[in-house]
Amino acid sequence: MVPTNYYVVLSAVLFGLGVFAFIFKRNIITIFMSIELMLNAVNLAFVAFSQALGKLDGQVFVLFVIVVAAAEAAVGLGIIILIARNRQTLNVERVDLLKL
Amino acid sequence: MLEYLWIIPLLPLLGSAVNGLFGAKWPNRIVNSVAIGSTGLSFLCALEAVREFFESGQVLFHKEFFTWIAAANFRAGFDLQMDQLTVVMVLVVTGVGWLIHIYATGYMAHERGYYRFFSYLNLFMFFMLILVLAANYVLLFVGWEGVGLASYLLIGFYFLKKSASDAGKKAFIVNRIGDFGFMLGMFLLFRAFHTLDFQAIFASSTLEGWPAELSGHLGTLTFACLLIFMGACGKSAQLPLYVWLPDAMEGPTPVSALIHAATMVTAGIYVVARSHILFAHAPTAMLVVAVVGCATAFFAATIGLVQTDIKRVLAYSTVSQLGYMFLACGVGAFSAGIFHLMTHAFFKALLFLAAGSVIHAMGGEQDMNRMGGLSKKIRWTYLTMLTATLAIAGFPPFAGFFSKDSILLSAFQSQYGGRNVGYALYGLGLATALLTAFYMFRLIFLTFHGKPRYDEHHVHVHESPNSMLAPLMILAVLSIVGGWFAAPAFLPGGTDYFARFLQPVFGGAEAAGAEAEAHSLELWLAVIAFAIALAGALFAYWLYLKRPEKADGLAKSLEPAYTTLLNKYYMDELYAAVVVKPLLWISTNVLWKVADVAGIDGAVNGIAHGTTAIGDGVRHTQSGNTRSYAVWVVVGALVVIAVIFFWPFGGKTVIGMVR
Repeated sequence: MVPTNYYVVLSAVLFGLGVFAFIFKRNIITIFMSIELMLNAVNLAFVAFSQALGKLDGQVFVLFVIVVAAAEAAVGLGIIILIARNRQTLNVERVDLLKL
Repeated sequence: MLEYLWIIPLLPLLGSAVNGLFGAKWPNRIVNSVAIGSTGLSFLCALEAVREFFESGQVLFHKEFFTWIAAANFRAGFDLQMDQLTVVMVLVVTGVGWLIHIYATGYMAHERGYYRFFSYLNLFMFFMLILVLAANYVLLFVGWEGVGLASYLLIGFYFLKKSASDAGKKAFIVNRIGDFGFMLGMFLLFRAFHTLDFQAIFASSTLEGWPAELSGHLGTLTFACLLIFMGACGKSAQLPLYVWLPDAMEGPTPVSALIHAATMVTAGIYVVARSHILFAHAPTAMLVVAVVGCATAFFAATIGLVQTDIKRVLAYSTVSQLGYMFLACGVGAFSAGIFHLMTHAFFKALLFLAAGSVIHAMGGEQDMNRMGGLSKKIRWTYLTMLTATLAIAGFPPFAGFFSKDSILLSAFQSQYGGRNVGYALYGLGLATALLTAFYMFRLIFLTFHGKPRYDEHHVHVHESPNSMLAPLMILAVLSIVGGWFAAPAFLPGGTDYFARFLQPVFGGAEAAGAEAEAHSLELWLAVIAFAIALAGALFAYWLYLKRPEKADGLAKSLEPAYTTLLNKYYMDELYAAVVVKPLLWISTNVLWKVADVAGIDGAVNGIAHGTTAIGDGVRHTQSGNTRSYAVWVVVGALVVIAVIFFWPFGGKTVIGMVR
C-alpha cells in the first residue's frame, strides 16, 4: 500500500506544475491544459484522502469536478476556437483589448 | 380692515412680485398701474384701518397672525400692532410713498429698467410697512433688514455706473455695522426679559416692578439701549455711521426722496421712539442719544454749507434733521421727535422731488454752480421748493417751524444730565437752525435766482410733466399745514394736539415739566428761533444775491475751514485710512493668501493630489493582463497558507474564522 503522503506530494507537484504552466505559458491551449492539470491534481488529493480516511465524500467531489471540468472544456474550447478564428493567433499576450 | 392688517404690507409685496416677474415685457403704462395701484390701495387700506382703530377706541390693537419662530418658550410671530405711533408712521409711509410713486412715473419715464425700479420701490414699501407694523423686535428686524436691502438695490439702480454700485455697497456695509449692534441689543433684551414682544417687555415697565440691576446708569438696559441706538445710528445716518447717506444720492431722485429722506432713514427714530420705555429707564443712553443727535445735526449742517451738488446739500440736510429728531428723543420729547419726523417727511420729500424736477429740467445737471435764474422758467417747481425751504428753515406758519420749535423747547428744558447740558444742546440746536436756514436759502438763490450760469443754447429748461408736479403741490400743501396739528399753546386756539394724540403711546415717558413752564418762555424761544432763521436767510440773500463776489472772498479768507468743509471733514479719507485699508490688508494678506489659498485651498487640493498619486501608483497592479492576476491569486493563496502554517496561533485563528 502506497502511503498517503506520496499521493499528496504528487498532487502538490502536479498542481505546482499546473500553476507554473498557467502563469508562464503563452499558448492558450497550453494554459487550458494546465487548468485541467490543476483540477486533476486536486482530484488526486481528494481520492487519496478519501482512501486514507475511509470516507466516500472525497470521491463524490471528484465526480463533481470531472463533470465541471467536462463542461468547462466544452465552453473553453468553444471560446478558443472563436479567438483563433477572429484573431488568427493563440498567443494570450495579444488578446489584450481590455488592457489599459 | 383692522382684523386684516396684513393686507397693508401684502399689497406692495404683490405689486413688487408682479412687476418684478412679469413687468419686463409690459409697457410702462401697465407697470405704472400695478405699482401705483398697489401702494394706493395699501394707503386706502391703511386709512380704513386707522378709522376703525379710532372708532374702536382702543389704546393698542394687537393681533397674532401666525407663529414664525417657536423654540422652547420663545416665540416670534408674525404679529402686527397698531397704536397712535404706528398710525403716524403707516400714514406717512403709505401716503408719502404713494405720492413719490406717482412722481416717479414721470421722472423715470425715459429710463431703462422701468419695471425693475418699481418692483424695488414696492418691495421697499412692503418692508417699511412690516417695520412699522411689527409687534416684536424680531419682525421689526425683518423689515429693518428688508428696507436695507431695498435701499441697496435702489442706490445701485444704475449698476453699470461704478460710483452707484459702490455707493450701494457702502450703504449696505455701513448699515451692517449698525445692525450688528441692533442684534446684540435684541439678544440683551431677550436675556433680560425672555421675550422680544413689545407689549410683554413694555408691560413689565412700571418703575417699581423693574429689576434693580436692569435700570440705572450702567444697567443692562443702558447697554441694550445703546446697542439698539447703534443700529439706529446706522439706519438713520448719525455720527459716526452717517457716511453712506450722502453717497446714497447716486440712486434715482425719487429713491432719495422716499428712502433716504422721508421714510427709511427715520426708522432709527421710530425704533428709539418705539423703545421709549426702555430708554426712559436708561438715562445714560438718553444722554448719548441727545448728544449724538445734536452733534450730528450741527456737524452735517456745516458740511451742507459748502456743497455744490444740489442733492448732496439735501442729503447733509437730511442727516442734520435726523440729528434733530434724535435730539428730541434724547431729551425725552418723543412726540416732538415723531412730529418732526412727520413734517420732515413732507418737506424733505418735497425738497428732493423738487430738486429732481430741477435736475429733470436741466437735463441731468446737479451742480448748482451751473444753474441760476430758473425761477421764471420752472415756476411751479420754484414755488413748491420755496415752500419746503421755508418749512425746513423754520419760518412760521410752515410745518418745520412748529416741530423744530418744540424740539428746541424740549432741549432747553431737558432734565437729563443737568440743566447746563440742556442749555448746551439748545445752543447747538439753535446754531444748527441758523446754518439750516443759510444753506437752504443758498440752495434756493444759487438755483433759482441770479443770472443763469448754464449754456442757454444747449440746455432747454422745461417744466416737468403734471405727474411730477401734482405730488409736489400736494406735498407743498402738507408742508404748510402739516405743522398746525401741534400749534403751540401760546398761539390763539393752539393746543399741542400732536403730543396729546401720541399721549397714549408715550404717556409717562415724556419729559415732565413741559407744561410747568410759563408760555412766555415758549413764546420767547419761538421768537428767537424765528429771528435766527431769518438771519440765516438774509445772510444767504446778501452773500449770494446782493454781493455774489463776496462769497468767493469769504471762502478765500476762511480757506482752511472752507476746504475742510468741502472735503466733508475728510471723514471718508479717515475711514479709508483707519478702517478700510487695514481691513483690506488683513483680508488680502492673511485671510486671502494664507487662510484661503494656503489653508483651505491647500487642504482641498492636497487631498485631491494625494488621491491622484495613490491611484496612479495602484493603477499599475491592474494591468489587464489575466495571468498577472493569476500570479496575485497564487501569491494570495501562498500567503494564506503561510499564515496558517507559520504564524504563531495564526492557523487556529484562520481556521476558526472559516468555521
